[in-house]
Amino acid sequence: MPATEPVAQPGPLRWRTVEVIEAIAETPRVKSLVLRAPEWPGHRAGQHVDVRLTGEDGYQAQRSYSLASAPEAAHLAITVERVDDGEVSPYLAEEVRPGDRFELRGPIGGYFVWTVGMGGPLFLIAGGSGIAPLMAMVRHRAVTRSSAPARLIYSSRTADDIIYRGELERLAASESGLEVTHTLTRSRPPGWRGETRRIDRAMLTSAGFPPSLRPRAFVCGPTGLVETAARALLEIGHAPNLIKTERFGPTGR
Amino acid sequence: MSDPPISRGFRRRGATDARSDRLPPGQHLVGDFPVLSAGPTPRVDLARWNFALAFDNKLLAQWTWNEFEALPQTDVTVDIHCVTSWSKFDTAWRGVAIDTLFNAAGIGEPPAPFAMIHCDGGYTTNVPIADLVGGKAMVATRYQGRPLAPEHGGPARLLAPHLYFWKSAKWARRLEFIAHDAPGFWESLGYHIYGDPWKEQRYAGD
Repeated sequence: MPATEPVAQPGPLRWRTVEVIEAIAETPRVKSLVLRAPEWPGHRAGQHVDVRLTGEDGYQAQRSYSLASAPEAAHLAITVERVDDGEVSPYLAEEVRPGDRFELRGPIGGYFVWTVGMGGPLFLIAGGSGIAPLMAMVRHRAVTRSSAPARLIYSSRTADDIIYRGELERLAASESGLEVTHTLTRSRPPGWRGETRRIDRAMLTSAGFPPSLRPRAFVCGPTGLVETAARALLEIGHAPNLIKTERFGPTGR
Repeated sequence: MSDPPISRGFRRRGATDARSDRLPPGQHLVGDFPVLSAGPTPRVDLARWNFALAFDNKLLAQWTWNEFEALPQTDVTVDIHCVTSWSKFDTAWRGVAIDTLFNAAGIGEPPAPFAMIHCDGGYTTNVPIADLVGGKAMVATRYQGRPLAPEHGGPARLLAPHLYFWKSAKWARRLEFIAHDAPGFWESLGYHIYGDPWKEQRYAGD
């Protein structure tokens, strides 16, 4: 885990008002919000922001969301999965419309990040909405035309739950050096050609990079998936300091 | 500072408990125990585990697992507050109070006013000694009556519940006294150097 670069903070992270430009339905439970953030100081792929909502009675609530947009993109994007008993995520995923405004501050976190300058190979392992910060890396890699080999193993419950599916297919088909392996854990549609089990050691071996290439591994998803995948990566022989994890628990989102 | 924009129709959904004066500003109450850590969960062999106190590159004291378990144990039930905005009430821990460790090591007066906690996996965090003594902190080895699970920091983690929970470092192995406060892992990456949840000291500059 050492070998981090301290990041100079330009000053306090102030709350700024952002405006929703677009709300994109990714899956039945997930929406991406494209946000106009004036004077955004910039971010690196993998970083997150805190979002704060204020109700009519003055009640405020804040939650952390990963940025899914590339640093180079004109606007910020967050991807929100509705947590049924949640407080903030149902509002963001269902109520928010273009033109709405709320507060946000960031970028936050400087460890779970990838920049083209760090090189590859880039080994991405995602479960569910844990794909969001990894998508920022995929987009950053595409936009900068990086030649770093990249492989994504992405676990979803069903085919309908795959977030960014079309964009991932286009990028994987563009011969840019990105390979995407989907796996479905609950049900598979007729003709499904991807994997159909939870991410395990065999899948990380066959669809990933060997340790000898010293890939930078980023694992993001529910705790069970992250624990399993990170442990399997160690067993395969990947160096602990090249494995970075981020967890999306059932709460707080 | 202008007023924040109002989100029409947004309202509190949390339990009435969430109104409690036990909830620091900006936090919300959860029932489960989310896991957050920056890298793989270290696999720890208890036969090789030890916990050390050090200062100025010198070992002041060191305990094996069995020796650590033989030290007087302390039970606490406390509220914990994660910087990612969840809080959890009434978590029950058992471990060895930092006061107990210092006593066992014969340390009357701490040799320096700050500590860096070093952990398996390379994680570090800085805490003032004043925030570790006086019953404020322990090295915890049990959670809700059971051995602390690896993903929650087992076999042993720091517990300093009056600070944001990243200060309660998982997989703690060494308390190093340091003369001058210095940032640990997250503190070097933009998080607050001290981390008082009641002052909402989440990030540098808060």
